[in-house]
Amino acid sequence: MAATKASKEQKYDRQLRLWGDHGQETLENAHVCLINATATGTEILKNLVLPGTQIFFLSNNSIGKIRAQAATELLQELNSDVSGNFVEESPDKLLDNDPEFFHRFTIVIGVQLPESTCLRLGSVLWSAAVPFLVCKTYGLIGYMRLVVQEHTVIESHPDNALEDLRLDQPFAEFKNHIQSYDLDSMDKKDHSHTPWIIVVAKYLEKWLSEHNGQPPKNYNEKEAFRQCIREGILKNENGVPEDEENFEEAIKNVNTALNPTKVPSAVEDLFNSVQCNDITSQTLSFWVMLRAVKEFVLNEGNGSLPVRGTIPDMIADSQKFINLQNVYRQKAMQDAATVSKHVECLLQSFGKPPESISEKDIKLFCKNASFLRVVRCRSLAEEYSVDSVNKDEITSCMDNPDSEMVFYLMLRAVDRFYQQHSRYPGVYNYQVEDDINKLKLCVNNLLQEYSLNVNIKDDYIHEFCRYGAAEPHTVAAFLGGSAAQEAIKIISHQFVPFSNTFIYNAMSQTSATLQL
Amino acid sequence: MNLLLFSLFREKKRRRVVELTEKMVVDGGDGHNCEWEGRWNHVKKFLERSGPFTHPDFEPSTESLQFMLDTCKILVIGAGGLGCELLKDLALSGFHNIHVVDMDTIDVSNLNRQFLFRGKDVGRPKADVAADFINSRIPGCCVIPLKFIHLFCFHVEFHIIVCGLDSVVARRWMNGMLLSLLVYDDGVLDPGSIIPLIDGGTEGFKGNARVILPGMTACIDCTLELYPPQVNFPMCTIASMPRLPEHCIEYARMLLWPKEKPFGDGVVLDGDDPEHIQWVYQRSLERAAEFNITGVTYRLTQGVVKRIIPAVASTNAVIAAACATEVFKIASSAFIPLNNYMVFNDVDGLYTYTFEAERKENCSACSQVPLDMHFSPTSKLQEVLDYLTESASLQMKSPAITATVEGKNKTLYLQSVASIEQRTRPNLSKTLKELGLADRQELAVADVTTPQTMLFRLCFTS
Repeated sequence: MAATKASKEQKYDRQLRLWGDHGQETLENAHVCLINATATGTEILKNLVLPGTQIFFLSNNSIGKIRAQAATELLQELNSDVSGNFVEESPDKLLDNDPEFFHRFTIVIGVQLPESTCLRLGSVLWSAAVPFLVCKTYGLIGYMRLVVQEHTVIESHPDNALEDLRLDQPFAEFKNHIQSYDLDSMDKKDHSHTPWIIVVAKYLEKWLSEHNGQPPKNYNEKEAFRQCIREGILKNENGVPEDEENFEEAIKNVNTALNPTKVPSAVEDLFNSVQCNDITSQTLSFWVMLRAVKEFVLNEGNGSLPVRGTIPDMIADSQKFINLQNVYRQKAMQDAATVSKHVECLLQSFGKPPESISEKDIKLFCKNASFLRVVRCRSLAEEYSVDSVNKDEITSCMDNPDSEMVFYLMLRAVDRFYQQHSRYPGVYNYQVEDDINKLKLCVNNLLQEYSLNVNIKDDYIHEFCRYGAAEPHTVAAFLGGSAAQEAIKIISHQFVPFSNTFIYNAMSQTSATLQL
Repeated sequence: MNLLLFSLFREKKRRRVVELTEKMVVDGGDGHNCEWEGRWNHVKKFLERSGPFTHPDFEPSTESLQFMLDTCKILVIGAGGLGCELLKDLALSGFHNIHVVDMDTIDVSNLNRQFLFRGKDVGRPKADVAADFINSRIPGCCVIPLKFIHLFCFHVEFHIIVCGLDSVVARRWMNGMLLSLLVYDDGVLDPGSIIPLIDGGTEGFKGNARVILPGMTACIDCTLELYPPQVNFPMCTIASMPRLPEHCIEYARMLLWPKEKPFGDGVVLDGDDPEHIQWVYQRSLERAAEFNITGVTYRLTQGVVKRIIPAVASTNAVIAAACATEVFKIASSAFIPLNNYMVFNDVDGLYTYTFEAERKENCSACSQVPLDMHFSPTSKLQEVLDYLTESASLQMKSPAITATVEGKNKTLYLQSVASIEQRTRPNLSKTLKELGLADRQELAVADVTTPQTMLFRLCFTS
């Protein structure tokens, strides 16, 4: 047992550094349903099985069955920790006879499904609140559509997060801490190894007392403030400024250090949402914690989120840095404990035990309070309905007739062609010429039905006939990697999924995310 | 990109290929028995049908597929995360003559993404196992494994080279190699001597794919600033003022290990040896405890010692796929290739950004003119060395500098051979004038980052 765990840690090491052991656990406990073992389907599968996700395979037809079986065996070879299962039953049959079959899944991924199956399946999954990822490779175009009612992300891992230093609203413990520093009486060694945060805080205190409590606001004032700090650099006997890297760091960081602390607008929006304010016993812990944080902000936090508790590395001696770091860490722990009390109150108010949400989860939530994200996608029914089609998005994108939106429209047109002719356009060479006109009729029919006043160039209609519903491997592989990672995001609730339509154009190596 | 020049290149390559094909004895045996009905349908649609977005040069033909299957030779550099994906994508797209180079052996931590390898393959050479896998599972495909790139490789006449490397140095070397193969007739580039280079790179959830036509488009060195130099912690922080758990680990690795030689004299720290990492881990914990620093873990220790970059299957799949698409486009002319750099990031949704990287006028690799370097005659040679290693546009690793002094070729400084390093070390503190160097004279510099010696012109400032 220990050996397997150790070898799994070794095998998964490179990805554990991205989503941690807790993220890995979600993959291994997930139940992912993948429909269709086409080139795209098997690529998605490979990219899910390799990192350890548990998979369930569905095939669409008899050729697909052989492929599915072979694919399952091959994929189990890829990762012996994963037990792939496959079911020889078409999704349409299951939708007829046993739609609740799909309720058990963490996510359903439908590949190369005809429009009718997509819509039927979409409806069942929407009612069951099971996330649905639609994928299609068509010629040199890749298409993905995520359908999820509400997907919460605590650990979004933003690329460029601003630090949470609170220099504009120093908390009591921080103020006390900087009181213990007297820059003017320090010896050179201490002076040069004082963390820049403390340097800025000290000079800010001085500035505030000299400017009526007003911090530096515009460029000139900030320049003047920087100059104050610069003048604080120690000078040697000849009046030449010493080399004090910490002061240089302070000067460099003035701009960001003076950023006012505030609740990000995305988080404000979440505070104002229905789920946050109408808490019931059915509410997910995400919203309970969010409500608790909102209560904190309105009360103990004085309008600010719980302190994050981390500081960047900076030139300083070990003790000064660790002491300062501990000030922030302790404040963060304190704030998290306060939020915990709010959580307890909320849970009690609808009869749930306080242990329902762990301290660990609350701490993680507080640490990520600035980065919380919620993704909501419209249902397929809404996208396809004439009454709720997103005309604005479509027409504004199509102001540029070569925008990726044109491929979305062509894919819809091609689906229409399939409905009418029970085949896709241009599959055989002799069909290409004639199908161009037939496809054009479908395009016009589509645009008319949705009252879309857009122009689709003939070139694209011609190109889609040329594609002949081909599924070239390199495009399938690009989509396979993309889709697998989006599925992993849904399963792990880490990193932010796209919303809600992704188009990849392998001809130009460009892509776009659309809201449809 | 100059499409006209590019199409000339394609034409020359095509003519040469036709010549070679005519001379070859066509073996219709095994090669054709492994084909089955409809096997290449998806590919043929792009080779045999005209369309509005094809390259201006493109002519639908049933022969293009045969060219790809029988004749087109691809060199894949690297059989790791990107390499495995590339081999699979290329083989399934109709490229059946592939050479793959990788000098590494398989490690357990590769198995989460390098899917041509199994647990039982750990320890075996990546190139061999990858080639075996593809050859046995994809009928008709012939992948030849290599552990090193020999110069003879280039006489095999590769049509396209694809890199899936994890090192900037190796990329620059390859880049320099292809530039050195360019032929100029009276200062005009012969398009037939161009071997397109498709380069892919990944790191966690980020990646990029680019198309390089050596001598025509931006090369690796033109955009060296896109690869910022690796940041190392300052020595004084490690030695006396640690603040982060990483500092404690570097302390154990860089200072304690050489001092205490825990596994014997001359035994180098091996990041792949769990016992070595365990030792570093323990000593790092002790160091951290001294300074009340939390956060030292075994995983972090290993990550710092081995400079581990996190990696997943999905990003490698995406970038390799994009590269393979470009190989297909260039080999077939079915579409206009990427011009010339695509960036990918799927941390937040999926983001791509495509742009044309521009050639640098004074690029150290492809600008073909000796680069001027300006120093005062009283500058020390050390300053020249620092310039070569620290300049963002050069980023050399351990340059060897030679010059012609009084008619004789003189090695001014060379680091890689201990005896010569010792002999030439005093030169570093001598001035350029003392070394006998003259204004406007050429210095020749060799380094791992460039396969050919680079020429610099020394310009004295007053």
